Order: sequence, then C-alpha cells, then structure tokens
Amino acid sequence: MFYREAGQFKSTYQTDQAIFPIVQDRWFMALVFIVAFVVIPLVADEYWHQAIIIPFLILALAAIGLNILTGYAGLVSLGTGAFMAVGAYSTYKMSTAFPDLNIIIIFLLSGVFAAMVGMVFGAPSLRIKGFYLAVATLAAQFFILWVFNKVEWFFNYSPSGTITAPPRELFGVLVTGPEASPVARYYVCLVFLVVFAFAAKNMARGRLGRSWMAIRDMDIAAEIIGIRPLQTKLSAFGISSFYCGVAGALYIFCWLGSAETEAFDILNVSFPVLFMVIIGGLGSVLGAILGAAFITLMPIFLTNAPPMIGIHLAADLQKHIEEIILGLMIITFLIVEPAGFNRLWQIAKEKIRKWPFPY
Amino acid sequence: MKLRSLLLATAGIAVGVTGMIESKAAFAAKEVFFPVMVYRTGAYAPSGVPIANGFRDYYDLLNKRDGGIEGNKVVWEECETKYNTKIGVECYEKLKGKHGGAVIVSPYSTGLTYQLIPKAPVDNVPILSMGYGRTAAADGRVFPWVFNFPSTYWSQASAFVQYVGNQIGGLDKLSGQHIAHLHHNSAYGKEANPTLKALSKKFGFKLTVLAVDHPGQEQKAAWLQIRRKRPDWVFMSGWGVMNQVAIKEGNSIGYPMDKFVGNWWSGSDADVIPAGDGAIGYKSTAMHAAGTKFPLFKDIIKHVYGGDAAKAKANNVGEVLYNRAILNAVFATEAVRKAAKAKGGTPTGADVRKALETFSIDKARLKALGLAGFANPVSVSCKNHEGTSPGVFIQQWTGTAWKVQGGFVPAMSDVVRPLVEKAAAAYAKENKIKPASC
Amino acid sequence: MEVLNTFLIAPFLDMADSPIFLLEVVIGGLMAGVMYSLVALGFVLIYKASGVFNYAQGAMVLFAALTLVGLMENHVPIIVAIILTMAVMVGVAMLIERYMLRPLVNQAQIILFMACIGLNFVFEGAGQIAWGSNVKKLDIGIPENSFEIGGVLLNAFDLTAAITAAILVAFLAVFFQKTAIGRALRAVADDHQAALSVGIPLKTIWVIVWSVSGFVALVAGIMWGGKAGVQFSLVLIALKALPVLILGGFESVPGAIIGGLLIGVFEKVSEVYWGPAFGGAIEGWFAYMAALVFLMFRPQGLFGEKIIERV
Repeated sequence: MFYREAGQFKSTYQTDQAIFPIVQDRWFMALVFIVAFVVIPLVADEYWHQAIIIPFLILALAAIGLNILTGYAGLVSLGTGAFMAVGAYSTYKMSTAFPDLNIIIIFLLSGVFAAMVGMVFGAPSLRIKGFYLAVATLAAQFFILWVFNKVEWFFNYSPSGTITAPPRELFGVLVTGPEASPVARYYVCLVFLVVFAFAAKNMARGRLGRSWMAIRDMDIAAEIIGIRPLQTKLSAFGISSFYCGVAGALYIFCWLGSAETEAFDILNVSFPVLFMVIIGGLGSVLGAILGAAFITLMPIFLTNAPPMIGIHLAADLQKHIEEIILGLMIITFLIVEPAGFNRLWQIAKEKIRKWPFPY
Repeated sequence: MKLRSLLLATAGIAVGVTGMIESKAAFAAKEVFFPVMVYRTGAYAPSGVPIANGFRDYYDLLNKRDGGIEGNKVVWEECETKYNTKIGVECYEKLKGKHGGAVIVSPYSTGLTYQLIPKAPVDNVPILSMGYGRTAAADGRVFPWVFNFPSTYWSQASAFVQYVGNQIGGLDKLSGQHIAHLHHNSAYGKEANPTLKALSKKFGFKLTVLAVDHPGQEQKAAWLQIRRKRPDWVFMSGWGVMNQVAIKEGNSIGYPMDKFVGNWWSGSDADVIPAGDGAIGYKSTAMHAAGTKFPLFKDIIKHVYGGDAAKAKANNVGEVLYNRAILNAVFATEAVRKAAKAKGGTPTGADVRKALETFSIDKARLKALGLAGFANPVSVSCKNHEGTSPGVFIQQWTGTAWKVQGGFVPAMSDVVRPLVEKAAAAYAKENKIKPASC
Repeated sequence: MEVLNTFLIAPFLDMADSPIFLLEVVIGGLMAGVMYSLVALGFVLIYKASGVFNYAQGAMVLFAALTLVGLMENHVPIIVAIILTMAVMVGVAMLIERYMLRPLVNQAQIILFMACIGLNFVFEGAGQIAWGSNVKKLDIGIPENSFEIGGVLLNAFDLTAAITAAILVAFLAVFFQKTAIGRALRAVADDHQAALSVGIPLKTIWVIVWSVSGFVALVAGIMWGGKAGVQFSLVLIALKALPVLILGGFESVPGAIIGGLLIGVFEKVSEVYWGPAFGGAIEGWFAYMAALVFLMFRPQGLFGEKIIERV
C-alpha cells in the first residue's frame, strides 16, 4: 500500500539509474541517516559506543572490503586481518613520523599501502583458484603479522612490541587516542563507512563491478569476451585491501587505542569478517553491513539476554551455551536462507510491496 | 520471512536495551565494586579457572567473615573474556560503571591491560596488573594509574640471572655460561628479551633466543636447537599449552629439568600435570608460596566451603594460580581498606589510586592476614609502582606439589630501573603525557 | 655479500657440518608431519565424499578426545571407553547428516564451509559443557621414553604416532579399495549424481564418511592429547592442517600423508637452519610460502585432481 513505485515516472536515464530509484527508499534512507547521525549520538552512552557501535561500523567497513573480493570477484581470502594490520601499522608509523599531517589523509594513505600489499599477495590468483587460493592469503596473513611482530622499526622500537594510537585532532576535536570522546570517534567511523559504502555500491554497478562479476561467474568466458583477468583480479585485490587497510587503521586509532599483532589474528579478525560476508550475502554492500551487525551484536546480545530475563548462570556455562546457540543459529540460518541477509531484505521488500493484499 | 526479519529486528533492539539497563545500574551506598575479568572457557581456561576461583573465594570470605571491608560490602561480578582482548574491552565497558563504579581492576591479560592503561585516567579506575602488562608502568610519574608490584617481567628476568649466579657460585662466573630464552612469540613473551640482552652484555654470558609461535603446540624445532647447542640453562616465558608441550619436549631430549626454569606464568599445576613424572624437578619463578598451609586458607575452607576440604581442592584451593589470585585480591582489598580508612567512608577509584601510591604490606600485616611467609613484604611509592623490593622466589615441582626452594632472589634494580625509566619516557613523549612530579 | 652468505651459504654449511643433526631435524620434521597428517586425513575424507571443507575437524578432535578422557576419568576401562567414544562419534555423524548436510545439499562450497564453522562452535561449547575446560592428562599406556640410535635421538611416543598413522592409512586404503562401502565412497566422490543413479544411498554414505572421520579425529585426539594433555587448544590444530591440505590436494589421502610429511620436514629444517637468520619463529609462515610457490607450478596440489576448465 505504502511501498509502491506506481505513479513514479522516470524521464531521464539518470533518475532511472539512481541507487534509490523509488521515493520511499529515499525517505527510508533519510530516516536511517537521521538515526545514524543525530539520534544515536544523542541516545547512546559510552558502553554502547565503545563496545557495540564503533566495532560494528569498523568491521562493516572491512566486510564491505572483503565482499568486493569474495562476493563480487569470487576470490576467497583468509588474509583480511593482515591487510587490516598493514593499514594500522602504516597509520601508526606515519602519524608518529609526521605528527602534523591530517589524520584523515594518513588513514587514506594507509589504505593505499594496504592496497599495494594486497596486490602483491593477490598476484597468484591468476594461476591458483578456489580454496587453493586461500593459501596465498594465508601466507599473507602469517607472513605480514610475523613481520610486524619481528621488525622493531614498525613499532618504533617500543620494548613491548605494541603500537598505541597517539592523540590527533580533526577540526580542533580529538578523534584518536584515549581522551577522544566516543561520539567524535563514532562520527569518524560513520562518515568513513557511509562514503565507502556508497563508493562500493557505485563501483559494483559500474564497468569495474561488472567485470569482477564476470570473472567470478566464469573467468575463461570473461576473458574471451575481452575482460582482462590480470587487471580485474588485481583491482579487486587492491580495492578490497584498501578498504581493509582503512578499516584496520580505524580499528586501532578509533577503537582499541593500542594493539599488538595478536589483535589481527586469523581467528580474531579474518574468519569473523568472512562470516559477516557469507551471512550477510555474497556480493552485496547492504549484506556486508547486516552481516557485520549480526556477528558483532549477536554474541553481546546472547551474553546480556539471560540476566535480563532473570536467568543467572555461571559465567563459563553461559559462554558455552552461547557458543552452541550461535553455532546452531548460523547453521539454521544457512539452511533457511543460504543467500544471506541481503536476500531476506529483498524478500521483505517484495512482501511489503504487496501488503496488505498479497497474491 | 517477514516474521523472521521482525524477530531479528526485535533481537537487535533487545541487544540495545540490555546494554542500556546494564550500564545504568543503580548506585547503592556502602558497597565497593570489583569487576573480575575471567576466562573460564577457551584455550587458556586451565589457567583462568583457578585465578577466577581465587578472586571469588577471597571476596566471598571477606563478606562472610568480616562483613566486607571496613563496613563496605564487597560486590563483584565476573565477566567472561575467553582471554580475548576485544571481549575484554566489552566486559570492562560494561562493568566499570556498575555499583557506583569499579574501584580497581586486574585484567589478567597482557593484551587487555594495554587497552586499559590509557583509559584508566579517563575512567578513574586504577589498574593493578600484578606481574604482567606494561613493564614501563613501574614508572609512576608517567603511569599514575597503573600499578604492577610486587615485580615486573624485567625484574623477574634479572632475578633469574641472579639465581643462576647464585647456583654457580657468583655472578662473576656467569661469563662462559649459555642461557636460552624460550618464549611465546607475542608481546608478552618478548618482554624479557631486552633485559636478558642487557645482562648478557654486562656479565658476558651467551644468550640464545628461541621463539615459539602461538599457541605453542609445535616446538620441535626449538628443542632440536636446544639439544644441539646444549645451553646450561633454559628460561621459559610460556603460557597455556606451550608450557605443557615444552616440559614434555624437554623431557624427550633429556634436558635436565632442574636447569629448566619457567617464569611465573609457566609454573602452575596445570602446566606440569600432563607431563607426569617427567616434570619432577622442573622449576619456575614465583611471587608467593603454593599450598594451603597458611591460616588464611583454613578460613577459606571454613567460611567459603563450609569445612569441606575435598570441595575446596576441586575448586583449585592451594594451586599456584589460585594463590596468585588470592595475593592479588589481598593487595586490591588492602588498598581499598586503606582508602576507606583514610576517607572514613566508601572509597572511589581515585581514592584507591591515592592509597596505592603509598601502599605497603609489612611482615606484621601479612601475619595478621594469615599469610605469614606466603609472600614478600611490599611497599610502593608514587615514583616506583613496582615496589621497592622486586624479585622472585624459585619453586620446584616435586611430582605432587610446588615447593619454594631457598630464599627470596632480589632483582637487579640497578640495571632494570634505568631501562624502565627510558621506556616510560619514550611512551610519554609519543603520547604527549607530561610526567607528574614525585 | 654478507646477507647472501647468511641466507644462502651459511645454512648449508651448517647442515654439512653435522649430518647427524640434520638427520635428527629431518626425523623431527617427519614426526611432526605425521601429527599434521592425522588431522588432515579427516578433512580429506569428508571433502572427497561430500565436497565439504570441514573446518570443524579440529573441534571434532577435541570433542572425541574429551569424551574419551571423560569416560576414562569415570573409571571406564580403556577399550570400552574407545568403543563408547566411537559410538558417540557415529551418533554425531548421523545428527550432522540429518540436520545439516541433508538440508544443505547442493549449496555452494563456501556456504557449507560456513555451516561447518557453525558446527565448530557447537562442538566447542558442547564438549566443554560435558567435560569441563581443564587440562586432562591422557594416558593410554604409550611409552614416552627417548633413546639414541647411532647418535640420533628418537622418541617412543613419536614412533608410536608414526606407526599408528601408518596403520590408519593402511586401514583406510583397504577400506576404500577392497570393500563394497569403499567402492561406493569412491563413486560418490567422483560424481554424486552418477552414484545416486546407480543406486548408491548417498545419505548412508555420508553418515559412514563422517563416522570414519570421527574415528580419525579420535586417533588424532589421542595422539595430540597424549602429547600435551587434552585441552581446548586442540581446536587450533585445524589451522596446522591447512597448508598440508593445500599442498597435498584436498581430495587425496596419500596427498594428506605426503603433504604432511613434507610440510613437517620443511618447517623444521627452515626453522632450525634459516630461523636464526630471519630472527626466529618463521615456521608458521614458511610452510604457507612453500605451499604457495609450489602451487604456482601445480595449482591443484600434489595429488589433487587436475582442474579442467571449459566454457
């Protein structure tokens, strides 16, 4: 009844090609932005920002990055953590070496470094395919973290081998370091996510995204119709790693504040980000965001829910039950909807369109 | 499908509501709140469980026996971190504001300690990282909110060298000795390296550093090197499964166990039990004694376990890491006691920090606590957060129990302290901290 | 010049300097490799029959070992305990087939992989609820003493593990080659639909395969658990099996064995001889780098099925 495109005519190609072609969608997005930019900072307290929302935003950014590689270009990567680490460590090196350089520029430059590293480790993808390609990204994962752990230059010879985010300002407001307010850090992460999500969406719709998908669906066929596999695969690796690198920089500078390489461990980062992409739906920007929401929020919800309804279990028993429930939820979800949250979203839209008179 | 998305949406909102309610718990008077970060599950649970039980039992004892600390009820809450830094941060954020605010926190994880150090002055929650975390925090001028008495990794490494010197008849005999450092390849494991390197230069012993990757199940390469180079001593900075495997591998190459010394995280009951008789003679450093022969433990068994010694044993009472948690809880609650006395009411985190700056426990106080001979006396100053008498005991596994061998081995503070101050100054410069004057 | 010397010449001089030690390192690597192969075998079996990359194999190892130790702690005789554990693993296999594999038939590999990660969580939680998180000593009477033969140090436990692995592989080979079930398994591995159309019951086959890999998990659990006590970190050995699988090929049982041995030897030799030059702890990534270089020449692994691409 409310969600229909009837009566909305498009007279130019531009309007037809818009990301949100229907006026209701635009209203909905406006609402989302108001909630994100105005309501959440007003309502949420420090626990909310620090423990839930900021990690969600950062991991969503990483998930979009991985989705470009795995979802759109069909190349499996288990090295997300390493590419994020490249972003984090190069941000640390640059911000300590050039304290006056704008922190946003440093974040973006770190993304460029991550992109270069990503392309180096992506080069074997021309020859190695499927799960076997995982070895290239695994090699990246273990080798890069080893380098950051071993070469003291990367952590400025600090005896503990950890990097700490120094305080940096943006428009006169502290955005990194322990004294930066959660709201300021929230805004930085949010702006990055919004800009990068739209960029990803547009890339995926354009020539680049189409060539990624052609390579994903069948690379030999794609090659025959004139898509160059080298450039296409490397561009996927580069852009994906750029996203991951920026996410890694935010991960340390706007969230954790300090870290050793363990923070980018395969089980801590690489696998969870891959889960987000799969649960959210391969090849979808929205899916990556929804998947990130699920994987970061669900364990916290499962931890906090039983005490709320009056069940007080021993900490260890509760954690075990939580794990079992999370595992069963993942399996059930995949059985019900293997295409992920993105597909669920589309189905929901279809239903709303026909509501209240489905046929 | 719609129902499903509706459910998911509800779940999402519920996540939110829980967070809100949890973090805005009501303030109640006459309570002191201790957040307890535990890891009773996951790869490090064998170490985490005794630690968690120790804290729980001591706080419980204070309430049951004394009615709290100076009339303040002890309130504590466990939060399961799985030894994962990210979950730990979530736990800390959730707990720090509860029951009128945490008065002190002991993270029991190096990674988590690093996260909390910059937050402590912002949240007004002092950190007591007893023998772990950032060693440079021993410089109280740069790290006013962090305390790491009774000893740090660097002091420990120097005390180990001192111990070796004592064993071979003098520090001057160290030249020509060969020491291997077998360490977990993480920030924690590498802590002792700079100190050992400095000491090897000073005393002329040969140092071989062998790194073992996380989690440490695969150490054949390291032990083959030890077999070939035959170091006179092996010092280990291990954690979790690495310790158990190291003892087994050491055995299988026939390395003499009494020349194999673990640090204080490599000398718990769970570490030696899987190796069986092969572990007899293995040594480790310690901050305190193991076992239950001290009067305090009689109180714990009486008040907490209702006199049921078997149940107490099943809850790890008397194990090394359990006793570590007891010592930690004693330090924390004594600091709170001091702050409460000074204030004459319920102390806050800031009050406790002030109390920690002049904290001291002498022999008489230890005796009054029922812990005579359990640990060394400690006294902390504003400048020196490591305490004025850092050092270690050396304990040895007899096959059934850990026994302290010989006396207290003091650290070489003349070597370690300048290193600490240098590292702290570097940290201060990088993070634009103005050191306090002490 | 000096750099070249440390990386290219010194390690070889070092090897030549003490051939007995080199032999010892190689043997150490082989022994470590056997342990990797034991885990990798479970992966290969399941991948062959159902095309599932079973990430939960590590958790199955933990679950099987925990169940065995838990039973033995309750004074169940060892043989009975092993049989009971096997029964549990068969039960688990039936549950997995019924509630996970059957509804997910024909899904993309990455979805099945994800489902196995979900399964991994379930195993971790359930195993620890049932048997606790403490380190448990597993002693089924395997000797642990070391002895020297011609200056080469050997460990009885490692040898037992190697012999066990050899027996296990022989058993699997006979099972696959000589029995009707084995032939059916190979048929399923070749082509699901063709196998179905000649009347091979796919569901039964899956239960059998998951049970067999449960058995392999139990054996791996006994060996790894005997080495370091049964504890949670057994789950992490799944990561150790990854380079083995990639090098050996996902579909090949001999690949898992030879891949494991190669990775083991390669890791130890690189760590002992090149580790000091790089600064230590290089075995973690050296194995992957080696596998990567190898795959550049042979993208399907040592024994993997040749990848034929058609449009």
